[in-house]
Amino acid sequence: MFLVDVILSGLILGGIYALIAMGLSLQYGVARIMNLAYGEFTIAASFLAYVMFTLAGVSPILALAVAMPASFALNWAIYRVLMTPLVKRAKSPGALEVDSILATFGLLFVVQGILLMIFGGSYVSYSYLAVPVQIIGSTVALNRLLAAGLAVAIALALTLFLMRTRIGTAIRAVSVNPAAAPLVGIDTTAYAAFAFGLGGALVAASGVLVSMFFTFNAAMGVVFTMKALIVVIMGGVGNIFGALIAGLILGLAESLTAAFLDGGLTLAVNFALFLAILLIRPTGLFGKAAR
Amino acid sequence: MTAKDWIVPLAILAAAVVLAPLPLVAGSYWMALLVNVLMYAVLATAWALFSGPTHYVSLATAAFFGLGAYTMAFLGEKLPLALVYPVAALIGAVIATIVGLSTLRLSGVYFVIFTFGLAELVRQLVTWAEAKYGGTVGRFVFIDVTQQGIYWMLLGMLVLVLLTGFLVQRSRLGWALKAIGEDETVARHAGIDTTVSKVAVFVISATFMTVVGAIMAPRWTYIDPSIAFNPIISFQVLIMALLGGAARLYGPILGVVPLAILFEILQANFPNSFSILLGLAFLVIVYFVPSGIVGLIDQGRDVLGRAGRRRAHPAE
Repeated sequence: MFLVDVILSGLILGGIYALIAMGLSLQYGVARIMNLAYGEFTIAASFLAYVMFTLAGVSPILALAVAMPASFALNWAIYRVLMTPLVKRAKSPGALEVDSILATFGLLFVVQGILLMIFGGSYVSYSYLAVPVQIIGSTVALNRLLAAGLAVAIALALTLFLMRTRIGTAIRAVSVNPAAAPLVGIDTTAYAAFAFGLGGALVAASGVLVSMFFTFNAAMGVVFTMKALIVVIMGGVGNIFGALIAGLILGLAESLTAAFLDGGLTLAVNFALFLAILLIRPTGLFGKAAR
Repeated sequence: MTAKDWIVPLAILAAAVVLAPLPLVAGSYWMALLVNVLMYAVLATAWALFSGPTHYVSLATAAFFGLGAYTMAFLGEKLPLALVYPVAALIGAVIATIVGLSTLRLSGVYFVIFTFGLAELVRQLVTWAEAKYGGTVGRFVFIDVTQQGIYWMLLGMLVLVLLTGFLVQRSRLGWALKAIGEDETVARHAGIDTTVSKVAVFVISATFMTVVGAIMAPRWTYIDPSIAFNPIISFQVLIMALLGGAARLYGPILGVVPLAILFEILQANFPNSFSILLGLAFLVIVYFVPSGIVGLIDQGRDVLGRAGRRRAHPAE
């Protein structure tokens, strides 16, 4: 069942893309920072999992427990130290957008440079749970399945957190209207920093999950940033459900392209899809407000 | 034009005349550095032509530069050299028109992301086509252009891009762009055809970038997509133009000279930590020189002007 294989692997890939993009969606949708260093943090988390596994034999699941809080703290600090001055300085949302893009570019190169210094430019991977599993007559590696399962679990937990808790409600309020949120007693800056950190925790999770079945190197962050951006924009900025759907579409498109067209054209197809959606719906599939 | 209007073009030409004989005295190391500085000067000025007044941050520089380099690699030995540059310009203009028409309705971050991906997309398409139809991914460029020749061509391009910028700024088109940068909706209501204005200048800017790519290609004897479409080019052009200040015609050059030299030194001495240093340079510029050297000069002028006035009217 070749087609089932392709669709299954596309869905698994798509689930991971969705998770990668959710963090970015939180950071941009709530904190209004377009973080272009995003993919570098994915790769950094992948390397953390790789080091813990190869040096100490620690399972990637445990690496998640280390990487997520660490990345939360780091991203929270980045917002507080690096981004707050830009937020204060910005005269308009557009100015903040440009400034944050430029600042996170700087960050991109710094993080990438550090990774290159430590790990060099070579590709690495490790073998964890590389056991074949049968699903609907098709064979999948257990590590991929586990990664996709965890991605879904984390996405569900996030959705519940945003929808059912007080903090989640406040975060959504800031996302919808940062000017009005303080009127009901919400400290916008604090929640923006929290959301930025939360996005960081998600990116670390996706980095660890990806490392379980993916070969990566220090220079690959841009690819992840690109994919996350495409998913976020396709799904509609700040829309977690949109990110899920767009992630799945992207994952499917990618595995279908690789299977039926040419492996070298996956990015081109992704990009064409992205452009087509933007031209038809400039705010993304599920986006509402203009711009 | 009145006498005053002739000052800028005459100053540009005079500066070019002064700079033209440099290859006759400079050694090969200095030549390499000069060519580098000139290349970035043309690219950054061309970038600022579009992005300066509109505030649309474009990261597509590498895409057009690479297209130019590949045009030279493909046609350099098949066509007379003097024909290759116009062909490159034409290709750049056509692609920029297509890209411009389809993407310039995107604004803000969407536009940045699109251009960010464009170079990557073109690179992947070229890699794929080369691997499939060319047999190998890399390509040798054996074209007989000397270092001096490249220098003079780039100098000519710099004069051309500065003069173009000067003319555009003074024209209706220039004012239309400024209005778009201030507020696009208002500009549209004022009767400006924003799409035509944006696409026109985007195409002019991209055409210059493409020709620069074609001029630079013979400098490498071997190119592959990761050299020609190197995204670092886009980033460096952006940061140089920002450091100088994209609001003035001469602004980007003020940023190009120190940064091109700095990056050259860093790359030669700290190749392993170049990326970190580039990133730190980015951060320093964004945080401490947000309006560029041009902004600092204006501030300085303000301070001096105020001090001068105070001296003239001590009672105030």
